[in-house]
Amino acid sequence: MSRVVVDVMLKPEILDPQGKAVHGALPRLGFTGVNDVRQGKRFELEVEGEVTDDVLARVHELAGTLLSNPVIEDFVVHVEGDGAPHGKHKA
Amino acid sequence: MRIGVVTFPGSLDDVDARRAVGMGGHEAVELWHGDHDLRGVEAIILPGGFSYGDYLRCGAISRFSPVMTEVVGAAQRGMPVLGICNGFQILCESHLLPGALIRNDHRKFVCSDQRLRIENNRTPWTSSYAEGAEVTIVLKNGEGGYVADEDTLDRLEGEGRVVARYLGDNPNGSLRAIAGITNERGNVVGLMPHPEHAVEDLCGPGTDGLGFFTGALTQAVAAGLLG
Repeated sequence: MSRVVVDVMLKPEILDPQGKAVHGALPRLGFTGVNDVRQGKRFELEVEGEVTDDVLARVHELAGTLLSNPVIEDFVVHVEGDGAPHGKHKA
Repeated sequence: MRIGVVTFPGSLDDVDARRAVGMGGHEAVELWHGDHDLRGVEAIILPGGFSYGDYLRCGAISRFSPVMTEVVGAAQRGMPVLGICNGFQILCESHLLPGALIRNDHRKFVCSDQRLRIENNRTPWTSSYAEGAEVTIVLKNGEGGYVADEDTLDRLEGEGRVVARYLGDNPNGSLRAIAGITNERGNVVGLMPHPEHAVEDLCGPGTDGLGFFTGALTQAVAAGLLG
């Protein structure tokens, strides 16, 4: 079993009201010096066997079809323990 | 006319939509998200609610339900499809309509009697309204902010595909105050406000919403408005 991680973030130009709400709460908790907060989603996929190029290609397809909406979101795929992102997708 | 109303797990307004269809003089047909056929309907409504709990993104999981394969195919063949609120979100996720709906810019759920202008009365769903008609229809959403890139917005405006626009203060941060749009062919309409909640004087702000469900739909189909 291997773990592939997909991180999904709203595109920079898309308003993120949830991130703004979190950002607004920080000063009340005494945290200063944080200029902005953007909230995203992290998906951890347990896949069978080795993470081959074929598996990664299917994960990219899945990420662009279901896990993210390319109209408003970008995604990045990582193989856990690998460290290197496998391509950043911007529609 | 037989108009199908799809119920997804988490749909809220399917019963109201079926009732409005009946009040509009048509026969409402219940469709289930797991259906693989459309039971001979001639038009389809995707109702409001929180299908699949709004998990992942509003409408994202509904898009892949069995009935949506049939709905997308029928829409592409010209069948009239109306998506209300969550239905609008599903139509965007299905790529039947451009753009997306995101969380309201003020972060609060909005529930109000909303003034709207009907800007396109050439769709089967809006043909009983006068162009430019100002109506009051219930608006209730948490994620109703319509967004699309500038090119898409310009194209929608240029092609007259903005079906309804908010009047007064923008209630949810929708770009260019867009409340509803249609596809190129004009048979698929997505609308954030809820006309099915504005069909009776007893409850709701009046009957301005009834026009979405009346005989104009049949006339529009008969007149070849759908091309």
